[in-house]
Amino acid sequence: MINWFTRDAARLLIPALSLTVLLLVIFYLQPRAMSYNGLNLLFNLAVPIALATIAQMLIMTVNDLDLSMGTFVSFVACVVATFLNTNPLLGVAILAASIVVYAALGVLIHVRNLPSIVVTLGMSFVWGGLAVLILPAPGGQSPVWLRAFMVSKPPLVPLAIIASILIAVVAHLLIMRSSLGVVLRGVGGNLRSVERAGWSIVRARATIYALAALFAILAGLALVGLATSADANIALRYTLLSIAGVILGGGEFVGGRVSPIGAVIGALTLTLAGSFLSFLRISPDWQIGAQGMILIVVLALRLLFNRLEKQRKSA
Amino acid sequence: MIVIKRLLHKPWIWSFVAAVTVWFVTIIFTGGASAFGLTQATLTFAAFSIIVGTGQMFVITLGPGNIDLSVPATMTLAGTVALKVMDGDNSMIVPGLLVAIAIGFAIGICNYGLIKLLRIPPIIATLSMSFIVQSTAIWTNRGLRIKPPAVLADFTISTTMGIPNVAWIALILTIIAYWLLQKTIYGRWVSAIGQSILAARMAGIPVDGVRIATYVLCALLASVCGFLLANFSGGAALNMGSEYLLMSIAVVVIGGTAVGGGDSNVPGIWGASLFMFLVVSMLNTYGFDAGIRLIMTGIIIIGVIVLAGGNNSEQR
Repeated sequence: MINWFTRDAARLLIPALSLTVLLLVIFYLQPRAMSYNGLNLLFNLAVPIALATIAQMLIMTVNDLDLSMGTFVSFVACVVATFLNTNPLLGVAILAASIVVYAALGVLIHVRNLPSIVVTLGMSFVWGGLAVLILPAPGGQSPVWLRAFMVSKPPLVPLAIIASILIAVVAHLLIMRSSLGVVLRGVGGNLRSVERAGWSIVRARATIYALAALFAILAGLALVGLATSADANIALRYTLLSIAGVILGGGEFVGGRVSPIGAVIGALTLTLAGSFLSFLRISPDWQIGAQGMILIVVLALRLLFNRLEKQRKSA
Repeated sequence: MIVIKRLLHKPWIWSFVAAVTVWFVTIIFTGGASAFGLTQATLTFAAFSIIVGTGQMFVITLGPGNIDLSVPATMTLAGTVALKVMDGDNSMIVPGLLVAIAIGFAIGICNYGLIKLLRIPPIIATLSMSFIVQSTAIWTNRGLRIKPPAVLADFTISTTMGIPNVAWIALILTIIAYWLLQKTIYGRWVSAIGQSILAARMAGIPVDGVRIATYVLCALLASVCGFLLANFSGGAALNMGSEYLLMSIAVVVIGGTAVGGGDSNVPGIWGASLFMFLVVSMLNTYGFDAGIRLIMTGIIIIGVIVLAGGNNSEQR
């Protein structure tokens, strides 16, 4: 029999439970949300947030933190809505170059032993500046294929749900099941022993930063596909939302303890928290506050669960 | 010579050297015409980041993972509510300030309450708190545009002995902070906890008491800064604190405070704050547009940390 009270299971169980409860309450308040279109509308905006959360989670796997996530996704959105639309080759080249920049940041942070918070803080100004240069005023246009993909309606299950599941599965395979993922998590857990085992830490850091950039680029693509145009400030909230999503999903700041599936669930929960309030007919003033409250409630639940688990062990 | 050598070993000296350099580069461009105006503007605007930066510095000194993300929301809420209480009335200035301080106090207590009760990392606790505080600010500020009391507005934009009043306030607050940190048992406890929380606990330091006092102190400074900023800019805006989140962290780190905690640096906050504002005005003077300005700011932050980081590792 599966022991549901193991730490790893509990790590996923609580986020999943909170998402389910939130969803059930919304269905109760507004039964019409329980349809293909309703679900699609509820979760549409969660797709880019989920991708950004996975990107943040990758960085957090090696005990770093990316404070430039929001501005980077905004930058990508600006590139997608301009260059990728009018001159696809140049657009792809710019995006590829930004992945190289991210990998270089990983190397710089490792080689000079710099605090990632400060380096990414500096980068957030750089990405923000580039985004303003590309799009001084909101505008641009989503490439047609991207728009078509993001509004496509696969049979039975809405795209937003399929995408979320796909993101979770891919990230899970990458981080939890592949040998690369084990090394990367090992860097977060015990850097020295991974190094002594003969792995290159520099290469690991570069890899994880490049992977994070890749997921962040996907987030930018999804966002532009949904919003049809871009703006230099379009995704600024993603920095804090992505960190909150990872923690909500059971990840931790240190030790390489992360959960990709949890992170996606965390992102979905945070997105739902906003809609939840409008279903309760509470003023939109409190939308951000609701995300804060839900964070606190879920974390309180997690504490309670950990306590229960301890009691069971000692009993 | 010995004095200079000694000075060069202080970690905060570099931020001042950088600030003075940028000051000269800017002045050279204008041919010395704006030297006085530039200095005054720099002191005024730097004062705000000095006040919030000092609070953030205490929190960061507590050790790895300690950071207060609720600073911008606290500033906004304190500024908004204080203006509402004062309602442009000169006789209500003291109650207004007290309300701002009370808000800071309450947010500080809540911040640490979350950290302690839920045992969550400070980043997430202060982040959740800031979401709630920001929402409260939106709710109170709805459609409001209240002018600050005339006396107070005048005070915040005028100068005493050629130096802006807000800079005087920042100076007094940082002197108190320096004294707290270097001369009192509380300050020694903060540094001790930052160096090793375990050892601090073993040594019988009241860890929880010190940490809660520090989070309250940070929120208090943020609320005072929000109060001043709202009066200075002639009204509270919902996004008035937003740039101070990254700024407060940046000035602490550039100022030579250890990111890992345990070693703080009050003079560095001044150097770094002056430097950050001067960089912006230098790039403005040279006629760069907003995008280039942001990029240069970012590159400079990274450049400083790469250089400073190198210094630290040599010392160790």
